[in-house]
Amino acid sequence: MEQIVNLLINGLATGMLIFLLAAGLTLIFGLMDVLNFAHGGFFAWGAYSGIWFYGVTGQYVLAILFAMFVGLVLGALTEKLIIKPVYGNHIQQILITLGFMLVLSELLKVIWGPNQLPAHAPEWLSGSWLIGDIIIIKYRVFIIVVGLIAFFTIHFILKKTRIGLIVRAGVMNKEMVEAMGIHIQKIFMLVFMVGASLAALSGLLLAPYSGVIYAEMGMDFAILAFIVVVIGGMGSFTGSLLAAILVGLSGSFMAYYVSELSIAVNMLLMILVLIFRPQGLFYGKG
Amino acid sequence: MEPILETKNLTVQFGSHIAVNNVNFMVYEKQFKSIIGPNGAGKTTLFNLLGGQLKATSGKIYFRKEDITSLSSVKRTRKGIGRSFQMTNVFPNLTVFENVRLAVQSRMNIRYPFFKHFSHYTEVNEKTYEILELVLLKEKQSVLAKQLSHGEQRKLEIAMLLALDTEVLLLDEPTAGMSMEEVPAILSVIQNVKKEGNRTIVLIEHKMDLIMNLSDAVTVLFNGQFLADGTPEEIMENETVQNAYLGGLYNGSPS
Repeated sequence: MEQIVNLLINGLATGMLIFLLAAGLTLIFGLMDVLNFAHGGFFAWGAYSGIWFYGVTGQYVLAILFAMFVGLVLGALTEKLIIKPVYGNHIQQILITLGFMLVLSELLKVIWGPNQLPAHAPEWLSGSWLIGDIIIIKYRVFIIVVGLIAFFTIHFILKKTRIGLIVRAGVMNKEMVEAMGIHIQKIFMLVFMVGASLAALSGLLLAPYSGVIYAEMGMDFAILAFIVVVIGGMGSFTGSLLAAILVGLSGSFMAYYVSELSIAVNMLLMILVLIFRPQGLFYGKG
Repeated sequence: MEPILETKNLTVQFGSHIAVNNVNFMVYEKQFKSIIGPNGAGKTTLFNLLGGQLKATSGKIYFRKEDITSLSSVKRTRKGIGRSFQMTNVFPNLTVFENVRLAVQSRMNIRYPFFKHFSHYTEVNEKTYEILELVLLKEKQSVLAKQLSHGEQRKLEIAMLLALDTEVLLLDEPTAGMSMEEVPAILSVIQNVKKEGNRTIVLIEHKMDLIMNLSDAVTVLFNGQFLADGTPEEIMENETVQNAYLGGLYNGSPS
């Protein structure tokens, strides 16, 4: 019982981290057909800038906001300078964003050095609760809560606001939104910035969870995020949450029970989805 | 009187095929004008040129005497030219209400400065209801667009076009693919719009009775060329038009 609860919480926490990364990717792809392989770079930058800020000020909540702000700025710059010139050309997008990903992680080494850095959760998030005889680690619950807050906030924006309506419509048919006289370009820039910001948030949240940060940390998670985008359905926001939880849970349970398969299982999930439902599990369902 | 929308020697060529050939088309303000012609006459291509979905090879397009030939479709919509498509074009996974609201808010966004419009939320909703009533879709407002019948989807499309509140409406075969039972409903929607009397409407249609009832004027295209222009009665009696439609002997040189 204790084991199962812990694996569950572990899986959910990992799932939330992947979701925060995948949410931006899926909307960026759904809205403008842009493949962004530099997304993991925002993730690593969020971790480094947030941990640095936390080290300087000692304020973890402020550090989260700072990391998200860094994500917003990086997102804006990337969209303007890197993505905009290669609209509509997937090959160029892959090449330039992969290259930019390398630039982002090398820049981290220039600023903070090439070695791994330690990262700790603040006092109030360290330790654990004892419920019955089950030990629940506080920080993991914290990740789940932050992930859910992010999900419901964006879900609300998508469903209830004007900008959200434009984004949802744009994912379905971007040309038609333009035919209505709406500059989808501006909306896309905004979505890209928010996506980058969520990726940065995810990176910072992961840092104390894994205990160390390193410049290439974005790569591993970005691959998981891409898997989630495929499983959930390109452009489906809710789909990316459900698929991320699926990937997180299957990863954590497999790692415990059939550890040889723990990496392969995500790929297998993706292959199954591609064979039987190539549009993704939740395609077209918001 | 000056025409609100006018083309001068408008031509578009795909490879060696000239889809629209030297067409001079004009429509006056608040006029209801229909474009007819056999399949492949270039009617939809002309609409694509007017709406900005296609770039002209040569020739000019004027809107209120302003040259709009090189403007994007977004800019033309913002200036006041809205169009519907022959294929239904709605957002399948949004509700009927959301589809129309998107168009309404887009229009208001153009009229009001960007952030001010957040205070106009109820206004957006009221305008949306108003338009749904006009196109007889009020009962269906919370249904997803993809669950509507084809005829209802066309009505929804017209609703969205109306919501954009453009001075000129380009309607591309609103009855295309409809069952006979659905046609009267769309007809009454178009009549409702015409009755309001504040818009210039250009209609592409194949259903002759519909055209004759609604139009102030009719333009005939044939093989990408301008063939004739006049009142519905004049067009009905025009011999060249009869030959083009019935005889098929017409050799392509305009009389």
